[in-house]
Amino acid sequence: MLSFLGRSFVQKIITLIFVSIISFLIIHLAPGKPSQVDPLNPKFTPEMVERFRQAFNLDKPLYVQYFYFYRDLLNGRTVSWKDNRSVLAKIWERFLNSLPLFIVGTILTWTLSFPVGIRSAIFRGRLYDRTTTFLSYLLISIPGFFFAYILIIFVVTRFQVPVIGMETFGVANAAWPHVIMDRIWHLLLPSVLGATGGIAVLSRYVRSQMLEVEGQDYVRTARAKGLPPDQVHYKHALRNALLPFVTMFGLILPGLIGGSVIIESIFSWPGMGRMAYEAILARDYPVILTVNFFSAVLVLIGTFISDLMYMLVDPRIRL
Amino acid sequence: MERNHHPLISVQDLKVYFQGDFATARAVDGVSLEVRPEEMVCLVGESGCGKTVTALSILGLISVPPGKIAGGKIVFKGENLLDLSESDFQKIRGNLIAMVFQEPLTSLNPVFTIEDQIGEAIKIHKHMDGELLRARCLQLLKDVGISSAAERLNDYPHQLSGGQRQRVMIAMALACDPDLIIADEPTTALDVTVQSQILKLFQALQKKRALSVLYITHDLGVVANIAQRVYVMYAGIIVEQGKTDHIFKAARHPYTQGLLASLPTRSKRGKRLYSIPGTVPSPAFKPSGCPFRPRCPFVIERCRLQFPELCDYGDGHLARCPVLFERKQ
Amino acid sequence: MTHTEKNGHVRENGLEKALTPKRSRLEEFWALFRKNRLAIAGLIIFILFFATALAGLLLTSGQNPVFDPAQIRLQEKLRPPLAKPKLDSLYPAEVPRLGIYLFGTDDLGRDVFARMLQGSWVSLTVGFVAVGISVFIGIFMGGIAGYFGQVLLKLDHLLAGGLLVAAIAFMATNWAAPGILLFILAAVFLLYAVRPKKVSGNRVKPAGLRFLEIHAFSVDTLIMRIVDIMICFPSFFLILTVVALLPASIYNIMIVIGLTSWMGATRFVRAEFLSLREQDFVAAARALGVGNLRIIFRHMMPNAIAPVLVSATIGIASAILTEAGLSFLGFGVPPPHATWGNIISDGKRFIFDAPWLTFIPGIAILVVVLSFNLFGEGLRDALNPKLRERH
Repeated sequence: MLSFLGRSFVQKIITLIFVSIISFLIIHLAPGKPSQVDPLNPKFTPEMVERFRQAFNLDKPLYVQYFYFYRDLLNGRTVSWKDNRSVLAKIWERFLNSLPLFIVGTILTWTLSFPVGIRSAIFRGRLYDRTTTFLSYLLISIPGFFFAYILIIFVVTRFQVPVIGMETFGVANAAWPHVIMDRIWHLLLPSVLGATGGIAVLSRYVRSQMLEVEGQDYVRTARAKGLPPDQVHYKHALRNALLPFVTMFGLILPGLIGGSVIIESIFSWPGMGRMAYEAILARDYPVILTVNFFSAVLVLIGTFISDLMYMLVDPRIRL
Repeated sequence: MERNHHPLISVQDLKVYFQGDFATARAVDGVSLEVRPEEMVCLVGESGCGKTVTALSILGLISVPPGKIAGGKIVFKGENLLDLSESDFQKIRGNLIAMVFQEPLTSLNPVFTIEDQIGEAIKIHKHMDGELLRARCLQLLKDVGISSAAERLNDYPHQLSGGQRQRVMIAMALACDPDLIIADEPTTALDVTVQSQILKLFQALQKKRALSVLYITHDLGVVANIAQRVYVMYAGIIVEQGKTDHIFKAARHPYTQGLLASLPTRSKRGKRLYSIPGTVPSPAFKPSGCPFRPRCPFVIERCRLQFPELCDYGDGHLARCPVLFERKQ
Repeated sequence: MTHTEKNGHVRENGLEKALTPKRSRLEEFWALFRKNRLAIAGLIIFILFFATALAGLLLTSGQNPVFDPAQIRLQEKLRPPLAKPKLDSLYPAEVPRLGIYLFGTDDLGRDVFARMLQGSWVSLTVGFVAVGISVFIGIFMGGIAGYFGQVLLKLDHLLAGGLLVAAIAFMATNWAAPGILLFILAAVFLLYAVRPKKVSGNRVKPAGLRFLEIHAFSVDTLIMRIVDIMICFPSFFLILTVVALLPASIYNIMIVIGLTSWMGATRFVRAEFLSLREQDFVAAARALGVGNLRIIFRHMMPNAIAPVLVSATIGIASAILTEAGLSFLGFGVPPPHATWGNIISDGKRFIFDAPWLTFIPGIAILVVVLSFNLFGEGLRDALNPKLRERH
């Protein structure tokens, strides 16, 4: 087992290196220059442009730039080209904003999908199953921004709840219960929005896994032994059906650095998604590359954890 | 010693149909059989004749859509099982009637230990626990002939060989001391050498624990070895039944005769092997009258028009072929 | 001998043949699919959508289109659906073809109905072309990984491949001289690699170059690593990055979406091929001397195609949603060309005053995507007996 994990680890490092190279190339080979070094940009005098280029090694060949950049990244010294702040500081700040959205969304998704999916599988074909199936299809198919606007219109006209931004302007001066309540109100819609799509997809997957397991011979054996239906479904079937999901758990990790650009734009939430989006528009290479790098790291850690958990949970692999 | 001839379980005119997309498959089309106490009965037939469906119906394991019980009774210890509610049925399954399935690897849950799976039924039905339970599981493993039983208790199914897994299935079936064990082709998926071991195990267990066994198989060799009585099934109906040696000495239905004729024996060495021409009909599209008639060498016009009734040859030997019966007279 | 009797029974070898109706695979599939009413609804809507898109393309393009999506009428801005135009304020050419603003007008007075027609073609082509690209790449990569997976790549293959890639990269960045040099080197290596083999598989080896025969890793590993690398890029960001950095055009969007979504199809095809390859019919075909390519395309592919088809239909749905999202953010097809996404985007400022600008395209997207999803699920149920729904 250890040898497998060791090999997996080495492979992931190699993958990471390739990812860093490819993302670097994509950014630098794309047409268009960042505004700071665009010769057509009237804001910067030629001297400033030249200084900028020297400071960021843009006059050197690509592979040298590559080494400089990643050296800085791994030392935490990369600096944003847009506003000269440390990239890590910017990412950290936005990350803290995105984190509550992510946590609430993930908790909602994972706690609601399983009961719904399992129940749909056990009562296959009945009203519960058909209703949830229909709702799932609806939620998967609706464009996110459209759904967002419907919810906003509904919530604002009905409940007068604030929806835009992370907190109401000026609320920081109020008593802390108010601050917390305010935060929660603002958090509600975006996370629910983010979660609904996830619930629709995940519950369908849970359902189909559960159905497949329920058709297996060992479930028939369990019934033949006279076990009550609860034990048959929740002990025998579920334990096997859950196997793939334990491994999926590790793959939630990349979501940390994600953050839907669309949801954040609509709700004016200052999160990671918007930061990356603005960086792309401004061709702020350090930020883009750093975000990309961290995303890749998270994906690789996530898959590594998945592999690990798979080995722990499935006795057929372990022994 | 007078054997008790009152049947332990009596299947009466059972009909089990499956609603398909295009037609109804009449998998079991009026089957009557019985198993007496401490008896080993074989149910013989080719794949697709409805033997497994019959077995599953006895335990109420047919999934109701698309299947349905279209008629008949299954009387066990005076009760009609088909009238039972699901929760009552659960008290019987694994407890009074137990089943051994064909595929031991897929029939065992891969994520639970052997001890866990054997002990489950005992916990539910006999309310045993802890050390007592463990000791009983250990004893069961020893009874079915698994070596180093204590280590095997903590193993997972994939760590055992095919023969060992099937022994575990048998142990699971014996766990609550049932009155009847239904074995659905338990050796088909195993090597020939293991097969004979399992057969011997069944015989020994049946004698030692005074069980009844309904042994389902397609292998006539097995039947000759272990059965006291035989039911021959074809296309959802019983075509012949009786004591094993009566059937083997003088089969009275063309299908049984065909099966026996196709067995390779030493006396047929060097000659061309006989096989019954034609193929088994699909359960949804059965010929009118006698379902065997497209393949029968004795077929006459009446076979197409009338469904044949069982003809009595005495001493429990019955065969569903009036043509041969009339010839015998 | 088979012959049919007067009463219609068929006899063969003197025995009657039991009669069972025979159905081809396609008929069986269709009969199953037909029973799933939602999937049929999805199919019907898809056909309607297709017809609308084609009609939309024809009716809104050219110099004098039947329905003009670009006609600006500032005096008629934000009219609700089914509103009658104020005829006295319009030139004759500006009057909407149907006599009313069927879906209302947007903030520049443009006929939303005409814009929706124009946008439908965009949605359709983006969906199909993007998925077409991704499925093509997916089948190719997955097929090779699944079938030739165990073939080990040796150093000489890798060197040739690496030189080729480097050569292309150099030439793409206009450093022609090193590019051509590497190209020549790569060609030399290729010639060396395809020199004649003995039947036992051993090649004639010149002594000093023995190290080139070292086995590095298998084709399967290589392709799966490429898939892993692609997965590390968050897909929406990648698409956004490329679309933002490249000049805006519908083709760029289609190609980029296609190039970033082939991983799923690859995995499916590879999984199917891996299991199919072990099956007896492949060994039988090989034993008969059937060549590799023929085995792949004629024997294995029809069996492996099912999950790909399903993921393709669902992929079209997802591509349409992605394109709508991109348009909404301001990327995507450049204005004034209408897409459903940018109608919503333009209308988001007026969401309380002119909700139809949000709802009409939104519901249209919802219906089309829903129909594809339902159709895809219907396909999956009809093609895979294990997961069949029973009603």
